[in-house]
Amino acid sequence: MNEAMIVSLLTITIRAGVSLLYATLGEIFTERSGILNLGVEGIMMTGAATAFAVAFHSDSAWLGLGVAMLVGAMMSFTHAFLTITLRADQVVTGLALTLFGTGLASFMGQRLGPGGETMVGLQGPVFPRIPIPVLEDIPILGPSMFNQDVLAYALYLLLPLMWFYLRKTQPGLHLRAVGDNPAAADVLGVPVKLSRYLYTIFGGCLMGVAGAHLSMAYLQGWAQNITGGRGWIAIALVIFATWDPLRAAVGALLFGGINALQFRLQAAGTTIPSSFLNMMPYFFTILVLVLITWGEAVRKRLGAPAALGIPYIREEKH
Amino acid sequence: MESKKIWILLSLLLVAVLVATGCQAGPGAEEDELQVAFIYIGQPGDLGWTYEHEQGRLMVEEELGDQVNTSTVPDVPEGPDAEKSIRDVVNQGADVVFTTSFGYMDPTLTVAQDNPEVIFEHCSGYKTNDNMATYFGRMYQPRYLSGLVAGRMTENNQIGYVAAFPIPEVLRGINAFTLGVREVNPEATVNVVWTNTWYDPVKEREAAQALLDEGVDMIAQHQDTTEPQKAAKEAGVLSIGYDSDMAQFVGDTVLTSPVWNWGTYYVDTIQEILDDTWEPHQFWGGLESDVVKLADLSPKVPDDVAEKVDEERSRIIDTEWDVFCGPINGQDGSEMVAEGECMTDEDMLSMDWFVEGVEGTLE
Repeated sequence: MNEAMIVSLLTITIRAGVSLLYATLGEIFTERSGILNLGVEGIMMTGAATAFAVAFHSDSAWLGLGVAMLVGAMMSFTHAFLTITLRADQVVTGLALTLFGTGLASFMGQRLGPGGETMVGLQGPVFPRIPIPVLEDIPILGPSMFNQDVLAYALYLLLPLMWFYLRKTQPGLHLRAVGDNPAAADVLGVPVKLSRYLYTIFGGCLMGVAGAHLSMAYLQGWAQNITGGRGWIAIALVIFATWDPLRAAVGALLFGGINALQFRLQAAGTTIPSSFLNMMPYFFTILVLVLITWGEAVRKRLGAPAALGIPYIREEKH
Repeated sequence: MESKKIWILLSLLLVAVLVATGCQAGPGAEEDELQVAFIYIGQPGDLGWTYEHEQGRLMVEEELGDQVNTSTVPDVPEGPDAEKSIRDVVNQGADVVFTTSFGYMDPTLTVAQDNPEVIFEHCSGYKTNDNMATYFGRMYQPRYLSGLVAGRMTENNQIGYVAAFPIPEVLRGINAFTLGVREVNPEATVNVVWTNTWYDPVKEREAAQALLDEGVDMIAQHQDTTEPQKAAKEAGVLSIGYDSDMAQFVGDTVLTSPVWNWGTYYVDTIQEILDDTWEPHQFWGGLESDVVKLADLSPKVPDDVAEKVDEERSRIIDTEWDVFCGPINGQDGSEMVAEGECMTDEDMLSMDWFVEGVEGTLE
């Protein structure tokens, strides 16, 4: 493997990882507040469809991104309203959101092109790759890490900030308290329901961005069923990353990277069966994340928010 | 508590509205028209496999619209779930059902056995019944022709092929393509990467990207999206499409595409049913039947290549010769089909080997 191939592999690893990581971070913040949102796949897909449709018709990628975030926020607001205020079952509501979202996205994909026709095959505005001067001259890492699109750069900044927020700040502490022990958080004066609403909606925004990255940066166009189950991968990554943003980044990169690598192995003429190679991203992502969390997992019982999936009702005695 | 009641009432109302609107879908109720239902694996808007079946259905509507009434059920997953969708259209009064994916074979047969008065047509399978026929196209023929184009237009003799599953249909396509390539360019090789999915835009793109990084200067494919073609175009590389004329959506870097064209078959078959002359059959049409075609060549293709394609096309249509007539060597160079012999349909339908010039694994 020469340098150009390594650069290409790293580039595609990051490009594939970006949308997955946005979705995973969205779900981490949602779940940290105690709300399980299984609507990721639906929100991502609707985000991808609306982002592309709006960008195509308005000729503005940024407007597309904004609308995708808004749509993500609205869909997750629905989830928040049903599960927090009406105390509906979070699993059922989330699944319904995915069914609704994938159906809606598919419908929009067929109707929101010019003249009410399909959006498949259209070319719209995109977030192009912008090399960063100076940094792009670093060997190998420069052309791969610093020749990406704006959404990837935003993620480079957002990721440490989110980790810091969650681990080191008071609002982050409050967020974890709301997810672990809402009654105690309530006593401390943290507005439990409001927090859950806000983080669920924030998480939905990020899932919308994840979709927008697919249709406006990675694939640069709409395709039916564009997410292809990546929303579910994001949910799995949350668990294997033990609700930690940095580990989620490791998982997202591993998944994207091994997938890209296995195709390269095939192209380079390996004799390993392709079905086995196709399985590797799933297998290794799980394996590695299990290994790096092994010691802690035993101590902290995997670190799942203790009140995940349980509605909080102030009057009830436990 | 009062507010909760209102919410329950509102939810019930919503459900009622959804159910009421949902019931209006499905075939219309005009009794004297032949009710024809199509079961689709994807959305007609995919511009690939389902799109081409939809074009066929639209041709039926146009030509026989006063005698038939067609309806579609999109996004039906393969396997046992398909049975429910097929039963549903039968219960709604379908007289003819076209099930358009390989994985609908067993469910179609089950429902066919339970409903002898309904006619079933299953695409790409091999099981039949008194009221169930199969139909498919010899896609390997236009694939061979597209190989002629690819073989002439590659400069470094390395061609990439993004493929879905290692099953006979796909292997046949890869082999026919490679035979075409090497007919005009014996030095060229075809490098195969499997995605193990018919439809996943992200994976298809990544597979194509891996081939491009390996140095291929031409991308062909057996998938259901245009992503391999788009990835090739972004890398400044030419490509060969599939399913539908992908040049329409990607541009003239797509030199040509072997395409499906179901309209004539659908119209003819439904006409037979209307005339009461329909009988169970196993239809496997080639270039002569128009079920499979080679899309128009891109302006980038020189005239002498176009002439070669026309020449070979007439040889196939005139049944002088077919793609899998010997001599053909296997991947390891051993003789698979002797000179003067041609493979039978049965052998072609169960093909499980690569021809010489293919690089890749069979699983």
